[in-house]
Amino acid sequence: MIETRGLRKSFRSRAGRETKTVDAVRGVDLDVAKGEIFGFLGPNGAGKTTTLRMLATLIEPDGGEATIAGADLRKDPAEVRRRIGYVPQGGSTWDESTAREELVLHARMYGISKADAQRRAARALDAFQLTEYADRKCKTYSGGQRRRVEIALGIIHEPKIVFLDEPTTGLDPQSRAHMWDEIRRLRSDGMTVFITTHYLDEADALCDRIAIMDNGEVVAEGTPAELKREISGDVVLVGLDLAATPQAAQALDGEPYVNKLETADEGGLRLYVDEGATAIPQVLRRLDHAGLELRSIELHRPSLDDVFLTKTGRSLRES
Amino acid sequence: MKFARDTWLIFQRQTQLLLRNPVWVFVGVFQPVMYLLLFAPLLKPALNAPTQAEAYKIFVPGLLVLLAIFGGLFQGFGLIAELRAGVIERSRVTPISRLALLLGRSLRDVVSLIVQAVIITLLALLFDLRVFIGDLLLAYLMLALIALMTSAVSYGVALKVKSEDALAPLMNTVAQPVLLLSGILLPLTFAPGWLQGIANWNPFSWAVDGTRSLFAGDLGSDKVWQGLSITAVLAALGVYWAARQFARSVR
Repeated sequence: MIETRGLRKSFRSRAGRETKTVDAVRGVDLDVAKGEIFGFLGPNGAGKTTTLRMLATLIEPDGGEATIAGADLRKDPAEVRRRIGYVPQGGSTWDESTAREELVLHARMYGISKADAQRRAARALDAFQLTEYADRKCKTYSGGQRRRVEIALGIIHEPKIVFLDEPTTGLDPQSRAHMWDEIRRLRSDGMTVFITTHYLDEADALCDRIAIMDNGEVVAEGTPAELKREISGDVVLVGLDLAATPQAAQALDGEPYVNKLETADEGGLRLYVDEGATAIPQVLRRLDHAGLELRSIELHRPSLDDVFLTKTGRSLRES
Repeated sequence: MKFARDTWLIFQRQTQLLLRNPVWVFVGVFQPVMYLLLFAPLLKPALNAPTQAEAYKIFVPGLLVLLAIFGGLFQGFGLIAELRAGVIERSRVTPISRLALLLGRSLRDVVSLIVQAVIITLLALLFDLRVFIGDLLLAYLMLALIALMTSAVSYGVALKVKSEDALAPLMNTVAQPVLLLSGILLPLTFAPGWLQGIANWNPFSWAVDGTRSLFAGDLGSDKVWQGLSITAVLAALGVYWAARQFARSVR
């Protein structure tokens, strides 16, 4: 659906008399498949929005190429516009207009007839549970309602791909969960969804595949599970009495699925394994066989923050 | 065809929003009416005009041109609010014509200016101003071209500077010399030679002269076609430049 090769963009900024060139995006290669939710994860200033704005035809790349929904971004941006929807980060509705007016206008900007635009607006209002407020001015809406109007605007012309720039930033937890459901619904309608986010849990829970961007470059790409597996595998925490710990360590050391074994001072073991889910039954069987009683067993999976830390050398929360 | 449809779409939307807040009619007419009531009476003795009606024939066209210049130049503020709300970005991601995004807005400004001009002309009739209708329509065409140019330029500058804080002083700085060098308040026939010399380089001075000739019923005067041609060319250039800003504006 989206294929980019070496997409680049730099900005000139003037500070006093000196002109500085900032390389906002330095050669991005992406492959996004049809019907997936693709997440673009990274700290603020990583170049996510710039990349998104290039893909949405709002700024022209300095170099590289991209094919979006079958249309060439550089040669035929007008065709790209017809096939994509874009929901900007800072909002896109006018205070004094109503949701219905905005939806009809936006549909008509795509060349859709007035009658059809009105039908589509009514359908979208219904789908996003906005019918009740449809004829009130946008300035009276809550943050969550307004964001739903904006998403509805982005898909009113039934695009093949919709780009959502930080769709849940600034929403309360409930509206955020609601928004995730809406985004999943877009996918089940057959749309390809491309979102940017700086929330790890969002990327983890919502996205089929993610690319981590830092400093203008993609530093990792894959499904959340793949990325996490790639870095360190899982950790199995085995709770044992202090007395039983050395024996257990002896029993498990050298087992093929255990990459590394650590003994905790207060008793218990930390086992580094490739895949915790398959290792746990084997651990249980081995300890049972050795006649050792264990108090607890716990699986610890690395988070995307661990992935980010390994790839960039700092935590996403700090940056 | 698509372009006409797109322009109409934007024009409709902008007009609808304008009508929703009808205060503009009052605000737009209040100031010129004050000039008409409180400033114009000074003109008969000052201009040595034989009658008050003659004085109005000189003053009203100037006042209307003033309205067209200022009405247009300050439209950029509305656009900055739209930029901030993300409405422009949302439009630019659709296949709508970029020229239509500009022209739909500027035509709204032109229409609202003509409405104001008609109200002021009607009021001036009460003060014994008399204009031949054909001349008046040509004068309105001149005003429409001026407003088209100033509003387009204002939108283009707004897209470039993106902030009210920069736009306000910029527009004021442009507007003041333009105003003083166009003989809007008092005809430049009273001006010393050097001042007239500079004013000759001010296109608005030609527009004011042309409009005055039309109000005087002097349709055959060279000033009429000169004024119309100059404003038409400038309006075309202004629209062309501003539409390019719409096509490539960033953020």
